[in-house]
Amino acid sequence: MKFGVVRFPGTCDEVDAYLAASRVGDAEILWHADPDLKGVDAVIVPGGFSYGDHLRVGAIARFAPVMAEVERFAAGGGLVLGICNGFQVLCEAGLLPGALLPNTSLKFTCRQVDLEVVNASTSWTNATAVGDTLSIPAKHTTGRYYASDATLDELEANGQVVLRYAAGHNFNGSVRDIAGVSNKAGNVVGLMPHPEHAVDPLTGSADGLKLFASAAAVPA
Amino acid sequence: MSRVRVLIRPKAGILDPQGQTVERALPALGFEGVTNVHVGRLVELDVEDPSQLPAMCEKLLANPLIEDYEIQS
Repeated sequence: MKFGVVRFPGTCDEVDAYLAASRVGDAEILWHADPDLKGVDAVIVPGGFSYGDHLRVGAIARFAPVMAEVERFAAGGGLVLGICNGFQVLCEAGLLPGALLPNTSLKFTCRQVDLEVVNASTSWTNATAVGDTLSIPAKHTTGRYYASDATLDELEANGQVVLRYAAGHNFNGSVRDIAGVSNKAGNVVGLMPHPEHAVDPLTGSADGLKLFASAAAVPA
Repeated sequence: MSRVRVLIRPKAGILDPQGQTVERALPALGFEGVTNVHVGRLVELDVEDPSQLPAMCEKLLANPLIEDYEIQS
């Protein structure tokens, strides 16, 4: 399994994503201006501040040349994970439902959060079990997940709510405690917390590695 | 060239913590009787073909899931 990690100007978590993916497979950095996925089996759109977060988070990055390829790849069933800013980019691109709004506190917050696995059958959660708790850091200003009530009902009915903040851990005000969602097919997943920062017990938790291991277990 | 302004607001019904913060700050400065404060953004642009503005708003300037826009030419 070869992972490609997208780097935009302003991305800052691509190296951790690269190192996390390298623990379960091969990994390569993909440059935003190259409309070429270099034959990877899975794409990670990592965290950071792509294009300086100008206009709206993710609004400019979604039009980067590499994203047209990511959209094509996702439409063909390719595995795509969006983390934090990457989640925002995938929502702006319409690959995932909903949008991310400023935290209700309006403050940047960095803390460890407990996530509850709601759907363990997506390409990025199949190495977990429903009800598992994952301890993963989150760090963002614009992480309040929002979708209309009608969309939320549909997401829940389809099993597209993948991860929820455990009780007391929804610090950003996300609707229905949603921390991560998938597309209908389950090959595209996005979440605000950072699994790539939780891959070694040395730094407090290795729970995040399960997401990368899930994708690595999907036949290429 | 036409000078155009696009006003972008959080959609009605979506929690707007910036608006709430401003609403709470004003009475602290002695400005009473202010309600329904919402904070959005203003995009000013010179355009050759103003008929393209709705498409520009839908595709880039606003996110229609969470924002309403108003084009003032």
